[in-house]
Amino acid sequence: MNHWIIVPVLLPAVTAALIVLAMRSDIELARVFSVAANALLLPVAGALLWAASTGDPQVYFLGNWPAPFGIVLVLDRLSALMVGLTAAMSLMVQLYAMGSGWDARGRHFHALWQFQLMGVNGAFLTGDAFNLFVFFEILLIASYGLMIHAGGGARVRAGVQYVAYNLLGSTLFLFALATLYGVTGTLNIADMAGRVAELPEGDAALLRVGAVLLLLVFAVKGALVPLQFWLPATYARAPGPVAALFAIMTKVGAYAVIRFYTLVFPPDTPATGGLYADLILPAALATLAIGMIGVLGAATVGRLAAFAAVGSMGTLFLAVAPATPQATAAALYYLVHSTLAGALLFLVADLVIARRGSGTLAEVRPPLAQGGMIAALWFAAGIATAGMPPLSGFLGKLLVLDALAGRPDTGLLWAAILVTSLIAIVGFARAGSTLFWKAHEGGAAPEALPPVRALPVVAAVALIGMIALQTVLAGPIMDWLAATAEQVHDGSAYVAANRLTYGED
Amino acid sequence: MSLALIAALPFLGALLPGLMIRAGRNACAIAAGSATLLALTGLLLHAPAVFRGEVLHTRIAWLPQLGLDANFVLDGLGLLFAGLILGIGLLIILYARFYLAKSDPMGQFYTYLMLFQGAMTGIVLSDNILLLLIFWELTSLSSFLLIGYWKHLPEGRQGARMALTVTGMGGLAMIAGMLILGQIAGSYDLSVILTKGPEIQASEWYLTALVLILLGCFTKSAQFPFHFWLPHAMAAPTPVSAYLHSATMVKAGLFLMARLWPVLAGTEEWFALVASAGLITMVLGAVIGLYKNDLKALLAFSTVSHLGLITMLLGFGTEAAAVVAVFHIINHATFKAALFMAAGIVDHEAHTRDIRRLGGLRRLMPVTFAIVAVAALSMAGIPPLNGFLSKEMMLEEAFETVWFGLPWLLPALATLGATFSVAYSFRLVAHVFLGPVRDDYPHRPHDPGFGMWAAPAFLAGLVVLIGLLPMTLTGDLVRVVAGAVTGGTAYVNIYHWHGFVPALFMSLAAVGGGLVLLGLHGPLARAWDNAPRPEAKVIFDAIVEPAARLARGFTDALHDGAFTRYAAIFTVAVVAAGAWAFAGGGHVPGARETTPVTPVPAVGWLLLVTCAALLATMHRDRLVSLVLIGVVGLTVALTFAYFSAPDLALTQILVEVATVVLMLLALNFLPKRTPVESSGVRRLRDGAIAAAAGLGAAALAYALMLRDFAFPTISDYHLANAKDLGGGTNVVNVILVDFRGYDTYGEILVLAIGALVIFALTEALLRGPAARRLLARVPDQAKAGDRHPMMLVVATRLALPFVLMVGIYLFLRGHNEPGGGFIAGLLVAIGVLIQYMASGLAWAEARQRADWHAVIAVGALIAAAGGIGSFLADRPFLTSSFGYVTIPPFEKFELATAMVFDLGVFLVVVGVVLLILSSLSRIGIRAGETVNVAPMDIDPSAPRGKER
Repeated sequence: MNHWIIVPVLLPAVTAALIVLAMRSDIELARVFSVAANALLLPVAGALLWAASTGDPQVYFLGNWPAPFGIVLVLDRLSALMVGLTAAMSLMVQLYAMGSGWDARGRHFHALWQFQLMGVNGAFLTGDAFNLFVFFEILLIASYGLMIHAGGGARVRAGVQYVAYNLLGSTLFLFALATLYGVTGTLNIADMAGRVAELPEGDAALLRVGAVLLLLVFAVKGALVPLQFWLPATYARAPGPVAALFAIMTKVGAYAVIRFYTLVFPPDTPATGGLYADLILPAALATLAIGMIGVLGAATVGRLAAFAAVGSMGTLFLAVAPATPQATAAALYYLVHSTLAGALLFLVADLVIARRGSGTLAEVRPPLAQGGMIAALWFAAGIATAGMPPLSGFLGKLLVLDALAGRPDTGLLWAAILVTSLIAIVGFARAGSTLFWKAHEGGAAPEALPPVRALPVVAAVALIGMIALQTVLAGPIMDWLAATAEQVHDGSAYVAANRLTYGED
Repeated sequence: MSLALIAALPFLGALLPGLMIRAGRNACAIAAGSATLLALTGLLLHAPAVFRGEVLHTRIAWLPQLGLDANFVLDGLGLLFAGLILGIGLLIILYARFYLAKSDPMGQFYTYLMLFQGAMTGIVLSDNILLLLIFWELTSLSSFLLIGYWKHLPEGRQGARMALTVTGMGGLAMIAGMLILGQIAGSYDLSVILTKGPEIQASEWYLTALVLILLGCFTKSAQFPFHFWLPHAMAAPTPVSAYLHSATMVKAGLFLMARLWPVLAGTEEWFALVASAGLITMVLGAVIGLYKNDLKALLAFSTVSHLGLITMLLGFGTEAAAVVAVFHIINHATFKAALFMAAGIVDHEAHTRDIRRLGGLRRLMPVTFAIVAVAALSMAGIPPLNGFLSKEMMLEEAFETVWFGLPWLLPALATLGATFSVAYSFRLVAHVFLGPVRDDYPHRPHDPGFGMWAAPAFLAGLVVLIGLLPMTLTGDLVRVVAGAVTGGTAYVNIYHWHGFVPALFMSLAAVGGGLVLLGLHGPLARAWDNAPRPEAKVIFDAIVEPAARLARGFTDALHDGAFTRYAAIFTVAVVAAGAWAFAGGGHVPGARETTPVTPVPAVGWLLLVTCAALLATMHRDRLVSLVLIGVVGLTVALTFAYFSAPDLALTQILVEVATVVLMLLALNFLPKRTPVESSGVRRLRDGAIAAAAGLGAAALAYALMLRDFAFPTISDYHLANAKDLGGGTNVVNVILVDFRGYDTYGEILVLAIGALVIFALTEALLRGPAARRLLARVPDQAKAGDRHPMMLVVATRLALPFVLMVGIYLFLRGHNEPGGGFIAGLLVAIGVLIQYMASGLAWAEARQRADWHAVIAVGALIAAAGGIGSFLADRPFLTSSFGYVTIPPFEKFELATAMVFDLGVFLVVVGVVLLILSSLSRIGIRAGETVNVAPMDIDPSAPRGKER
């Protein structure tokens, strides 16, 4: 029995409870334990990655109930990847939160952070559709708390919309689950896959409704147009490090789509067929366009970063839509990249806002103290986000373009990706020019501020380092991801690991 | 030296200047120079091999899955360009050391310059077109930084953005072109692609790829119609202009056209596109250049013109033309870089670059004059300088080429271009250096120190030497390079006297015409200034600025923050997608019998419908809405009870009670009515959308309930095994704490987090500016005379112990009868809740001893411990076991480990409700809610209106 599988859920959950119990009034103590727990997640995630890479998927039968009757956790390459990515990224962002002092500006930051990690990890690891809903709830409610951390009128107002919109999503999730259960009679994802494949023709219509509702739920999470409306204000108003952590939240949506699309509703299923592709592809194109146009038109640094996040989801979903192993491998590479780059961009945006006193791009402010360093970070974040060389965004984009070659609509898709890249480049250049160059116009000297504390910069640089590593090691990483995509698309190992039983047990 | 290392050295060198600037400006320049010199040395060591005809390779696997590898190649073409980039780079580093002012951040400058140098070296050494793309984009990025180096100058910033936009656009087009090229050739390796010429030219995608790649080349090399960005990039410091915009970056497009010449050139499309663009650019650039008064602008347009000339030669697609192109690349690099540096010297010394304010510098700056004279005469094509040689050869090629079926057209236009070229070259010399010495220079100029003029003087020397001994100095080089371009062996013979051939007369005509143009410059310039013509910057701004405004308007209009609209779009999307999905699949309606309508469900149904309808119309009155929501909730609870689900019914009732009471409390701090914010039309629209969604949901539920499962459901298993395997007869509870205990674990944490969030929000609220508003709030309703009716107070206090007892009872029996930790927790919490209601927030809060944070945390920990305990038995999380024990005097009863977990659930639920309650009461207490000491707040016996 490999109990390690559940550690990414239990470790943050227990840490959060301990922080609430004993450390809620001592921020230093909470910091120590929170960072320690997050740091401990790294080797655990590493071990899980190793286990997933070297063997078949492993299943953890909660309560020792056989599948499909109880809840299972499934560790395969994909879930291990997502857990590892979360652990690595969140540690850096957490260090930033501490270094910048954001965590001390309200109550319960670290407890909520840990609960957030628990929710995200649980969503990645679960092999049960309803349990996925539960963990969506956990990560959502924790994110509500983190989003309105430190309060403030504009932030709380955006937070209320965030809550309300996601309540719509949660309600829809229940409709979707009820429909799918009503048709298949099961909640275990592997079991559902088998039943969907054998479904009588007369149930196809209802199944398709369930499948589409589920896709829309994930589309809310993944900010797919027209369900992206919650994202810009939320991300722009959230505290910087929280917005950075949220870079993984949109990926939960993408992950869930990949999981259900490849396992339960693959394109060769008679009932659903090209259902997902037909919806995802146009939505992804619109997402990409609206996101990158938003980058060009953003009035504040925060909104620029938020729309960049929307745009990157468009690119990601474009690579998800074809549902071929090659495209999925490219999607996963881009997913890892855009998570790191998105987090980096929000951290740098926060550095800018903290130094400049305002994130507005409409007016010119005096030059920033230590502007050179922050400008360099901005440049790196911009390159990473817009997908320019030499960072992995460019490789990711090439991989996505390559994966979309040879289709009837290749021209349109390539044009969309490349044109929006240009729009994003112009947007970033304009913003950077306003922030860092125009400020020198009047010859004003930078306001004398104490130097930026080291920890936030170290955290941002560490994220850049991770992106650089993903660039340099692109070959081995793509080998690994190609194998992952194969496993995801094959699905038989995933189902077999569930050891589904139907008899009297 | 490995080719990869040669390409990497400038990048490594880019790290140094930023640090070495701390050791002084000389150390900074030397550091940058050393890295360049090292790379140049490494390159030159390979030169003998290349001259022997060898092609050197370095291969490093990077991303073979994509076909992207760090493969480098060195042949003649690469050698020439890398030599130019590194050699001129070295001169520029020297020159910039003396050019930059003390106040300029030199470390940054050299860092950017080295980054650029590395990117350029990478382009010309790449053997993989994807790798080449990476370096290509890097040149765009690093040149963006270099052009914008003087960040206080608006021209610099705008020029930088324009250059980035235009070359970035070309770069992105080129990505698509290169990908197509690679797909056709089956490889992204140049060495492979160059062997696939026939396949590529036969492919139906050839034209697409060609156009896309040429977009990249033309934007980079400032070819018509993309020539406009280059002059604006001249806002950069002069070393940058000299390096990027004469010697290197703008030649990247030429390089690529030369590199891909064997596979792309030779077709009609190639000729039509490349030769035409080159020709137009050559003439246009020369014409515009003549009328520029800014020294650097003049040089910029002359660069555009010469790049056009080379492009045109490559476009001819013949080997002889390719040879000329190569030779002119060498010559242009020498004289143009020298001219740029000299222009920088003039600017540096005289503090102006405006030709109209200069003149007569010949005596004041003799060295500079000599350099400019040599270089400019070469540019004009005056023998015996090197510019003459390549221009003669160009005219010869032009003479032999037919354009648009008209044999005379191309030679005529080429001569026209050459004429203007002569004119602006002469003007450069005549209007800046000749004439009388003036007394109104902004700054009295004189020759700079040796350090500054050494580099241009060296280049001017090359101009003369190559001019005199072309074959000796460059013959082999041109042969090797041209061989690399054409993919064969090139025949090279460069000499001065070709006899009385047409080219000689064309050349003579150009010189004569140029002199005439110069003579007429005054009136011509006035006419030119008055003539209407498109101004590139205006057009560019007219595209980009409105585009940005449009983007902002579009984005802000779309995301206007109106939640009702977001929700409407959400609902429409869901309903439409659902309907579409349903229509696309087969549906056989279920065959289940519908149950007859009996009075009880009918009443319940009517109640629900009525409440929903009332809610839709009366929702602005918040208190009424809350009551209606409560009615809906209770009806749902009754429905559960009616359908024999006592657990659910109990839970639902308790949840309703707790939430309605908490919401009432919260409502206390809010206005009692919501303002009207939407028009009638909008409400009608929203009503229609809501109705569609409601009907859709009903239809879906109806369709689902009417049919039987195609497969056995997992709940059959739960029903069958709850008692034997789960140890409980209450299946709902066994599902909650055992079959799906993990879900419950998650859900109680959702509650716990919710309570923490509400607490944190209250805290933030009470510390923030909102607190003042909240605390200064005047209640909009009269206070009740008896906030705490004595009957209620007594009843609730008496009830508390009973409620607690019932709670414990419900908890204990939960596994087998309706009840369990969740229900018990809610009940106990409500027991306390009613104390708050009856006796007042302040009174109840003052008597709280428990710390609800701790209760929640302990509950969460107990629940986790209850699950983790099974690790000891090597069972998974939340595995329960149960047994039956008899402890006298009780009867035999069951003990299940699931009860530990359920205890955690109980504690969390209690803690959550009460933490929310206490958070809300804190607001009330801060707002002045006092502990009441008397049974009533007003004294009924006192005179009217007088409060106690």
